[in-house]
Amino acid sequence: MSDIIFMFLFFFMVITTIRETTLFIRVRVPQATEVQKLEKKSLVSFIYIGVPLQGKYGTSSRIQLNDQFATVDDIQEFITQEREARDEADRRLLTTSMKIDKETRMGIVSDVKQELRKIGAFKINYSAAKGKASKK
Amino acid sequence: MPRKSPELNTGSMADISFLLLTFFLLTSSINTDMGITRRLPPPLDPNVKPPEIKQRNIFTVLINQNNKLLVENAPSDITLLKIQAKEFLSNPANDPDLPEMEMKDIPYIGKILLAKNAVISLKNDRGTSYDMYVQVQDELTKAINELRDELSMDKFGVRFSQLSDEGYIEAVKTAIPITISEAEPENVGGQ
Repeated sequence: MSDIIFMFLFFFMVITTIRETTLFIRVRVPQATEVQKLEKKSLVSFIYIGVPLQGKYGTSSRIQLNDQFATVDDIQEFITQEREARDEADRRLLTTSMKIDKETRMGIVSDVKQELRKIGAFKINYSAAKGKASKK
Repeated sequence: MPRKSPELNTGSMADISFLLLTFFLLTSSINTDMGITRRLPPPLDPNVKPPEIKQRNIFTVLINQNNKLLVENAPSDITLLKIQAKEFLSNPANDPDLPEMEMKDIPYIGKILLAKNAVISLKNDRGTSYDMYVQVQDELTKAINELRDELSMDKFGVRFSQLSDEGYIEAVKTAIPITISEAEPENVGGQ
């Protein structure tokens, strides 16, 4: 009996990853059909953009990096940190996944993209769920 | 008289492992991270002039702050975008308003008539919603993927996503590259 449950346990431990970041912002990614799977999870750094869940942080879209709110100016430092945490050989394979709420305006997204271009993080991924896009 | 071997009480073991199991079930998520992958262009060198591209080789897509589309200077709709993009990229009738075509020799495929340097130019306003932007990117990707599928079906008999030979994949990718260029953002309109 316990052997079987242990087997289950290991199975789940292997196929899942522990949730790393607690989101302070609301991120409902848009839906798209032509999505690709992100490969090599360890080589992905995440940038979250959305409206804060708690009203005291304002109602306009904010950026979250790791476990805290950030501004556009923090992006370059964040990418540098992410790079230093990886092996030298893997650094150029680093992908930046942008998990952005669908109601965000493109202004802040463009700013983030410009920062990424400046620091040379060219590989990006617009996070989206697979499904039929909603008609508006 | 043989000694009785001590027995280990394993009954509670199941409870403990159940507890661990539920703990992992709750704290973890099977995340399937998916998305549209893109490559950003390197920053522009202010001293180098951008290359001139003929008007017929550019397919302009503009999204305004009300999420309305302007495709090739005419209002359009998201449902038509894929067809328009496909027509532009393949130029089946060799229309002089659509991109220049050129015979290209690509390994594994051979000589094939392809657009010389057709570029999709995407421009959005700061007020455009991200949802709309992703939908437009999605439609454009769909157009390219469908063209790749057609070429792959024609030459290798299977869909592009089902190709397994690296050489074939590269060949199709070279024949129909993802040429979506994003204009330098301009600060018009509010946040």
